[in-house]
Amino acid sequence: MNCPECDATINIPDDASVGEIVSCPDCGADFEIAKKNGSNVELKQAESVGEDWGE
Amino acid sequence: MSKICIVFDRLRAEEKMLQKEASDLGHDVVMLDAKITQINTDSKKEDYGLGDVVLERCVSYFRGLHFTASLEFLDIPVLNRFEVANVCGNKMFMTLLLKKHNISTPKTYFSFSSESAATNLEKVGFPLVIKPVIGSWGRGVMPLKDKDTMEAVFEIRDITDSPHDRIYYLQELVKRPPRDIRIITIGDQAVAAMYRKSSGGFKTNIALGADPELCEITKEMEDMAIKASKAMGGGILGIDMMEDDKNGLVIHEVNNTVEFKGLARVAQRNIPQEMVKFALDYIRK
Repeated sequence: MNCPECDATINIPDDASVGEIVSCPDCGADFEIAKKNGSNVELKQAESVGEDWGE
Repeated sequence: MSKICIVFDRLRAEEKMLQKEASDLGHDVVMLDAKITQINTDSKKEDYGLGDVVLERCVSYFRGLHFTASLEFLDIPVLNRFEVANVCGNKMFMTLLLKKHNISTPKTYFSFSSESAATNLEKVGFPLVIKPVIGSWGRGVMPLKDKDTMEAVFEIRDITDSPHDRIYYLQELVKRPPRDIRIITIGDQAVAAMYRKSSGGFKTNIALGADPELCEITKEMEDMAIKASKAMGGGILGIDMMEDDKNGLVIHEVNNTVEFKGLARVAQRNIPQEMVKFALDYIRK
């Protein structure tokens, strides 16, 4: 599918799951897989790293 | 066969490993994204079908903590428990609890304004390490080696003035080899450990590029790790130790939502499988 930011092609692995993060190889933007039904994938903007992220 | 739920907000390798191990053991697995889950004061456990036990694995500490509170309100067993997550997520609370239980930990100073912290630092002497009470991956951890650095760091904190910036946690700079030790504890067992070698600076966080190397768990390490785990309230934890030239092993951190991707690849024991088994044993006790 195409990057919502720059329109480059993003390859979504077949075994990718909802909630996983994929990155655009061209612009580097991160997207979260919001929905996945076979080859139909919906992406949403991934959250940026928060102050409270980590272990 | 049991049913286990893994709560996440960013599906990482760790959560997928836990899912796979639970499935391979023959259990039903529910993957639940905390970001899109609604809970209200009339909610009931039966509304969610999360199964017998939940592993809370959010990368956002506050999201995970509040989600855990919601699940415990619904009488759903969660690992780690709210009290454990609450203490481990705040370095000051965690340090106080370690010391209270006579667990060797670096000397740490607490102040509640920049003026007071500056006064104390000049009295104690440089260097000390400043750490945010909330946060991980070494972010905001800085050695304060002189007055100029201290004033710059404190000024930035006064400008940003987030609530936790008003809490000054300053710790002695421990003289040690350029590495620390991470031990994963599951219940009352230390299941795996690694050295985390600094990649140049004084920080040893894997997230910052430190090199992991398998570490053999000595009896002393195991005893200290288990004691620290019990002090926090038990569960699944990541215990960080340093080899202090002066005081021997000291525990400087206990982590609540432990990351184990790197260690799982080299550890002799199956870390995610042990976590799943522990979670299911936990509800049977």
